[in-house]
Amino acid sequence: MIEKKDIEKLAALSRIEVSEEEKDILRKDMESILAYVSQIKEAVSEVPPKEAGELRNVMREDNNPHHKGAYTKEIMDEVPDKESGYVKVKQIL
Amino acid sequence: MSIDLKTLTIKKAHEHLTKGDFSVAELSEAYLKNIEVHNKNINAYLEVFDDIKEQTKGAQKLIESKTSGVLTGIPIAVKDNILIQGKRASSASKILEGYTATYDAMVIKKLKAGGAVFLGRTNMDEFAMGGSTENSAFGPTKNPHDISRVPGGSSGGSAAAVAMDGALAALGSDTGGSIRQPAAFCGLVGLKPTYGAVSRYGLMAMASSLDQIGPFGKTVEDAEILFNAIKGHDPMDSTSISDEMVKRKPSSERKLTIGVPKDIVDSPGIDADVLKNFNEGIANLKNKGYSIKEVSLPNAHFALSVYYIIMPAEASTNLARFDGVRYGLSKKGATPFEDYAKTRGEGFGREVRRRILLGTYVLSSGYYDAYYNRAWSLRNLIGKDFEHAFNEVDVIATPTTPTPAFKIGEKSNDPLAMYLADVFTVPANLIGIPALSVPFGTIDRDGKKLPLGLQLMAPHFEESLLFKVGKDVSEPSTI
Repeated sequence: MIEKKDIEKLAALSRIEVSEEEKDILRKDMESILAYVSQIKEAVSEVPPKEAGELRNVMREDNNPHHKGAYTKEIMDEVPDKESGYVKVKQIL
Repeated sequence: MSIDLKTLTIKKAHEHLTKGDFSVAELSEAYLKNIEVHNKNINAYLEVFDDIKEQTKGAQKLIESKTSGVLTGIPIAVKDNILIQGKRASSASKILEGYTATYDAMVIKKLKAGGAVFLGRTNMDEFAMGGSTENSAFGPTKNPHDISRVPGGSSGGSAAAVAMDGALAALGSDTGGSIRQPAAFCGLVGLKPTYGAVSRYGLMAMASSLDQIGPFGKTVEDAEILFNAIKGHDPMDSTSISDEMVKRKPSSERKLTIGVPKDIVDSPGIDADVLKNFNEGIANLKNKGYSIKEVSLPNAHFALSVYYIIMPAEASTNLARFDGVRYGLSKKGATPFEDYAKTRGEGFGREVRRRILLGTYVLSSGYYDAYYNRAWSLRNLIGKDFEHAFNEVDVIATPTTPTPAFKIGEKSNDPLAMYLADVFTVPANLIGIPALSVPFGTIDRDGKKLPLGLQLMAPHFEESLLFKVGKDVSEPSTI
């Protein structure tokens, strides 16, 4: 059972504002989707443990850096709120 | 000469362009005229680019200097989640309002180098989440075969653009069927390549263990040409596979065997006419000399559930980057928390919010083992099923979709019903194998002929096998 407070918790965890009206819609949707996907619990008991597959690190040589500032203008142009070349955010502490 | 877009293929267009029968500009102009007429009804394109003239001039120069390739001057449509430097890219979401791409995706770099012409960016389900293109923040795309129906999704705009002769070929992305299903609904060929075959650098990530970029074309040959142009290792995508790993033994000339998985084809949700058409497709392959064999995929019926756990889990993580700080929509509240929550609450559409919440749920402590971990175990088990099956057969065939294109609005208020339409396409993404949808047959609904697709799946990196069988599936008379 998914309750309204579960939706509120999930919405807070995922930083999404949800209206009162939508909470109920999402609750019903989630309940029917979770009821469906819960069929995986019926799978035969000898389900093998999760395998990570072939694990390999993908590294690159630490060389050939690009010129300082080569991409700065394009990237900073996209920032909604900025000041003197910095991304501006609200005070956190 | 007048250009007959209906029967045009990439190869034919290339021959005409090199012979000088028509120019690159004339070819693009012919498509732009069609877009002008049809796009207001179909809504395939979100934007038609304003620099097509410059693009065609560049391509024409390549042709005149005899340094052109097969894609030089070929007009292509690009899904709105693939970045082209200096162009808007929105994933059909309000949260990327005003965003301009700061670099080219690797697939775009490759096509630019080949002289392809990008006509515009195409509509899609927001962040590639959906199977109908109804989840776009910019209105649904309609199916050119019947505008009361969906074109499929999430790459519905790319499919509709090609089907309405608004582009010769297109790029899409496929996480659970988002190329193959719209290809089937719009009467096109669509390929989901092997996981790692095509670089995803510059593709907006939805579910990183499933996403692949792939081509749409009117013929198998067109899809093959486009795939060959975009594939290959890219150091900027750590999941892309090095070219040595891809090299395989040339397949022998022996008689090929097609496997039919009764376990999933006989699923209760399949339309009777779709099943009949599929059986005709298999009989057709038998007539062409293939052996047909039943194969067993005992765990494949769990694929949809596994997919709808893993995909939202990964999407909820990937979409955390959209917070209004670095790009796109930015809404302000009293605290940083409120800034994020307002931006994401207003910027994301309903389906995206739903999947982020679902993903957050299956990843939260207390549910992680029951859902996410168990789904991963089953994902491995399904992979083993396919491995066993591919010991007995070369290619596995299913219908691409359980029904033909459905009506706009028919499933938009029932997310679960929408999800069930992915039943045949998700296994290939879960295992990472290549899968091709080829048009085969039509079905009559309300006096309209709706196309259907036949899906072929092969072992990792065996795309060439899919193209070979795919060419035998497609009805030679159509093009």
